[in-house]
Amino acid sequence: MTTDQARYQYLLRFADTSLVMAQRLAEWCSRGPILEEDLALTNISLDYFGQAEAFYNTAIPFGGKQETADDLAFRRSEREYFNFLIAEADNGDYARTMMKIYLLSVYLEKIYTALSTSSQPELNMLGVKSLKEIMYHKRHSSAWLFRLAHGTAESASRVQQALQDVWSYTDDLFSTDVCDELLSGELNYEITAMKHVWLAEVEEFMKQCGFVLPQTTYQIQGGIKQMHTEALGHVLCEMQYLQRAYPNAKW
Amino acid sequence: MNVDTQLELWEVFIQKNNGLPFKHEGSVHASDKETALQHARDIYTRRGEGRTIWVVPAKYIASTTADDEAMFFDTTDDKAYRHPTFYVMPEGAKQI
Amino acid sequence: MEDILTTPISQTALAHFEARLQNDEKIEPKDWMPEAYRKTVLRQMMQHAHSEVIGMQPEGNWVLRAPSLRAKKILLAKIQDEGGHGLYLYSAAETLGMDRTEMIQLLHEQKAKYSSIFNYPALTWADIGAIGWLVDGAAIVNQVSLQRTSYGPYARAMVRICKEESFHQRQGYEIMATMMKGTPEQQAMAQDAMNRWWWPSLMMFGPHDADSPHTEQSMEWKIKRESNDRLRQKFIDKTIDQAYVIGLTIPDKDLKFNEETKSYSIGPINWDEFWSVVKGNGPCNKQRMTHHIKYHEEGRWVREALEAFAKKQIEMN
Repeated sequence: MTTDQARYQYLLRFADTSLVMAQRLAEWCSRGPILEEDLALTNISLDYFGQAEAFYNTAIPFGGKQETADDLAFRRSEREYFNFLIAEADNGDYARTMMKIYLLSVYLEKIYTALSTSSQPELNMLGVKSLKEIMYHKRHSSAWLFRLAHGTAESASRVQQALQDVWSYTDDLFSTDVCDELLSGELNYEITAMKHVWLAEVEEFMKQCGFVLPQTTYQIQGGIKQMHTEALGHVLCEMQYLQRAYPNAKW
Repeated sequence: MNVDTQLELWEVFIQKNNGLPFKHEGSVHASDKETALQHARDIYTRRGEGRTIWVVPAKYIASTTADDEAMFFDTTDDKAYRHPTFYVMPEGAKQI
Repeated sequence: MEDILTTPISQTALAHFEARLQNDEKIEPKDWMPEAYRKTVLRQMMQHAHSEVIGMQPEGNWVLRAPSLRAKKILLAKIQDEGGHGLYLYSAAETLGMDRTEMIQLLHEQKAKYSSIFNYPALTWADIGAIGWLVDGAAIVNQVSLQRTSYGPYARAMVRICKEESFHQRQGYEIMATMMKGTPEQQAMAQDAMNRWWWPSLMMFGPHDADSPHTEQSMEWKIKRESNDRLRQKFIDKTIDQAYVIGLTIPDKDLKFNEETKSYSIGPINWDEFWSVVKGNGPCNKQRMTHHIKYHEEGRWVREALEAFAKKQIEMN
């Protein structure tokens, strides 16, 4: 694998994660618990669609193939996606969706902070651009989780359950492959150290919510190795329907 | 059915650019100031219209009524001496 | 606010109200207004707000299947706008003393209506084009006129909404135009959507003036600024030419162009269908309401938690 190929594949990891996350959050459209939150979730979804597009477009020149962002989004199958599994995990209830957004945004905040100091100009640019949006997602999701945790007995138990369930997707965020090795000079982070920082922040926030971190050892991994959960196929099936059904059409 | 809630009503004021006055833009429903600010951001600044946001619980806003109009405001009609055009300046005086 | 609304009608208050209308001034929430005026404006704003919110559903049906990243972003932003517009309108309606909780309850009890157009299904991607171009197009004609409505908060909400919605109709027309330049299947899909949405869009303006008993009073109060037929004709005249530009056929065998008035005359509108949908027998009436109630109920625990939280006054570090 060349450095450019590594960059291509590394960028697809975040492009795919953003896209699948955006698609999942769009599912909330017209289903929010209060109209104001409907708009908030749509905003986060739109941020992720925008990030997906930016990451695809940056990746494409490194891949050296004749393809567009839409080709990458709509014409690849389950075993060709590089997204982290947390993105494809179903939304569940409002607490679970907020938990997904929160745990992922703490992680992405660390990654994009590191990338925004990268000497590699494209990575640097993407890090700077995405960071602001991700910081807002963290602020929004943490505010809601905190309120739900200190709301009613029902809401607190739903948040606790969400933490328990989504936790099993978090080791996956810290798995690495040959791309990370090849790009170690320009990524400006070391994954084990980053995991400690992530864990400390999440633990502190959960403490404020009145929870301890789950003791479960059950973890599911494989996103960047293109080994997904059954959920991804359904997400793609719906998302890619028109492009697949009318392969010669332009929209 | 339990009594439902749409949370408290907040009025939203937005400053579009640094140095400009805050203008009332509308309202949102929220449980507290942080979520009210976030909702105001998501609802009233989607097209880059904001620089700073204020939110105030609607219940704390007092207003004059139509009945107050005459005694509050008509009484300033005959006080033209508060405006610079009231004064006669000598011919040739500049920059005043 | 209550005390003002329940003040017995005094001749001076009424004269003041009428003088304001006469001078094209706005009526503001705390001004005295006749009870019937208050009720009419409130009902209209509430219905308008519900329409925006229910209108999210047919388009939401395609948001996960939009065929490109660009289309996805546009559609999502558009549906988000509809939600925002619902919100502006609920706020405007709340200035007349009814809170949003009650308005939603009235919707669920089917005591408050929403625009019948949203009781038609969005079957193909071309329907997203047709909804944006025709349904939003018709709504905009109405809303532009309502920017001059006499109730201040309603007029201000309309100004904001018209500004934001100016891209909605374009995005719909762009979808139709792209499909009409596409494969034969896409062209057929676009024409099919045109055939299904054309007449319901014309019905959006409501019954003919002669059959619209409330119009006269609403016009007198300047709540409504132009009659149903006049607004409908404006829409017809600008839309038909747009259809021809991209090669769509108007599904009306009686359509004629009048050279003198430079205006189109259309065949008879099927008012039986209109009233049937209004009365609840459209293809999606039940589905739309079931959806709204279901997600409103599913969100109840979140709202309750937020309310409980607000009482506790805890601050996050």
